[in-house]
Amino acid sequence: MSGHSTYEPKTGIERWLDTRLPIVRFAYDTAISFPTPKNLNYWWTFGGILALMLGIQLVTGIVLAMHYVPHVDYAFASVERIMRDVNYGWLIRYMHANGASMFFLAVYIHMIRNLYYGSYKAPREVLWILGCLIYLAMMATAFIGYVLPWGQMSFHGAVVITNLFGALPIIGGPITTWLWGGFAVDNPTLNRFFSLHYLLPFVIAGLVVLHIWALHVPGNNNPTGVNVKSENDTVPFHPYYTVKDGFAIAVFLLLYASFVFYNPNVLGHADNYIPANPLVTPAHIVPEWYFLPFYAILRAVPDKLGGVLLMFGAIATLFVLPWLDTSKVRSMRYRPQAKLYFWIFVLASLVLGYCGGQLPDDPVIAQPSGLMLLDADINSFVWLSRVATIYFFAYFWVILPVLGLTEKPLPMPESISEPVLSHPATTPAGAVASPEKRG
Amino acid sequence: MADTVVGATPDPHAPGEDPSRRDFIHIAAGAAAVGAAAAIVWPLVDQMNPAGDTLALASIEFDLTKVEAGQQVVVKWRGKPLFVRNRTPDQIAAAVKDDHAQLRDPATDESRHKPGKANWLILVGTCTHLGCVPTVGGGDYGGWFCPCHGSHYDTSGRIRKGPAPKNLVVPDYAFLSDTKIKVG
Repeated sequence: MSGHSTYEPKTGIERWLDTRLPIVRFAYDTAISFPTPKNLNYWWTFGGILALMLGIQLVTGIVLAMHYVPHVDYAFASVERIMRDVNYGWLIRYMHANGASMFFLAVYIHMIRNLYYGSYKAPREVLWILGCLIYLAMMATAFIGYVLPWGQMSFHGAVVITNLFGALPIIGGPITTWLWGGFAVDNPTLNRFFSLHYLLPFVIAGLVVLHIWALHVPGNNNPTGVNVKSENDTVPFHPYYTVKDGFAIAVFLLLYASFVFYNPNVLGHADNYIPANPLVTPAHIVPEWYFLPFYAILRAVPDKLGGVLLMFGAIATLFVLPWLDTSKVRSMRYRPQAKLYFWIFVLASLVLGYCGGQLPDDPVIAQPSGLMLLDADINSFVWLSRVATIYFFAYFWVILPVLGLTEKPLPMPESISEPVLSHPATTPAGAVASPEKRG
Repeated sequence: MADTVVGATPDPHAPGEDPSRRDFIHIAAGAAAVGAAAAIVWPLVDQMNPAGDTLALASIEFDLTKVEAGQQVVVKWRGKPLFVRNRTPDQIAAAVKDDHAQLRDPATDESRHKPGKANWLILVGTCTHLGCVPTVGGGDYGGWFCPCHGSHYDTSGRIRKGPAPKNLVVPDYAFLSDTKIKVG
């Protein structure tokens, strides 16, 4: 799909450079002439949106680091100084804080797109795994970044998350002490978190380069999931997708800007405007919204180690997904049963996110039923979390493996162009009886 | 490892033969490189462990006369809260009564205080679940209640209900006099 280069240096200086460092050729082949399936919809614009968000986070972050002081006595005050005294500091900090949320919003849509259109399947497994690594690095970066303002949520969030590692037998204690650099979350912890928060985005940037490289070997998947058969199925990336991505970016920036300018703290937590106090824990500890599903899984398990393992297991599951889904059909457009289970999965993930923000023992609807099941009322968020957690894991480990073997997929088009050129309302003429047998 | 064929000439030192001097140099050089790498990596790893000055601040003294019966004072020790609780006879009796109850982390009340000092309960004030600070007097057992994930501790600091796996930790401490303790 990558094909040979169509770049022709036009000026003398380009020719001179091309034989020494063909960087213009590389850029041309990657971002201008790259053959891209012509049927990509707007769900495919989130890659570009994510690249932009990473750029915004890097630029605003480097600027914030010029004013921030990573010390327990000054961190909170230096953030307030950024908000009040530094020129445009409020804007840069709100862009950075809300940028993290927008980054996660985009990455979740990007991942859901992959799940629906089967983009993780052969030959894109490495592409998918690199994406999972980026997501993991994003979570580490976001968690560490939330600690830096050294408010109450920062501090106690750091305590809770670092204590997760304490659940490991034998090595748990030494590992948490090692992470803290002391006997508790304290100045050494804040200092190293700042160092790592500066480092990790560049690790992400490196992974993004590999991600794009791995994308450009097989090329984009597309909404039909059918391989590109000929040049007729593709258009050059520029101007077709630079313009489409550009429009989507503009719309996405409207949403981002509405948070930054009209409700910059709605996604945060008021307790984080109280300076960290190691002696008092806020009554209700919640992580940022993008971690809530995992927090719900953690709390769904009554055993400490079990909860921690299940939470990390949810992320580990993503890495092996390409080998769990046994269906050869990529796009759920042609998988009527899988499509149903997929939407239930999306719902279960949203339910987990909602449960993660609630108190475990609170009733879901009206009054507690009074009916105890094991350790909690049946009408409680902890039981709702348990049901959703079971579905979350069952979707990957039971439903997708079994469905690939039992489901009869709908007829798939012969090529990307076909449903466009014929009438999509009727069954495409070239559809074969057993499309799952094709590559 | 012993296979050091160069070109097409028959190898006089085929596997199973005596190792040659070249094999020895390969193994020695490889082992030296691994040893050197480990020696470089360890300082980079160990620098994250508590530094000398952090360790030096590890013990504190505390005057118990500040704590009235039935009260708890929270002091900071090693960056964490330390509970110093002056228990009433009722609270001690309640703790002793439950010595043989169904306990997740069995311990008698006597093992959790110094001999003859049953009223003084000294505990590290972090929940053994995920490290939040439990509130005194709350929960179903009148000891402590952790607001984060709902662990209940009794008046001996033993875990009775909720996700925490262990009792609140009793730190190393000693009575310097009747009214003064040294912790750590």
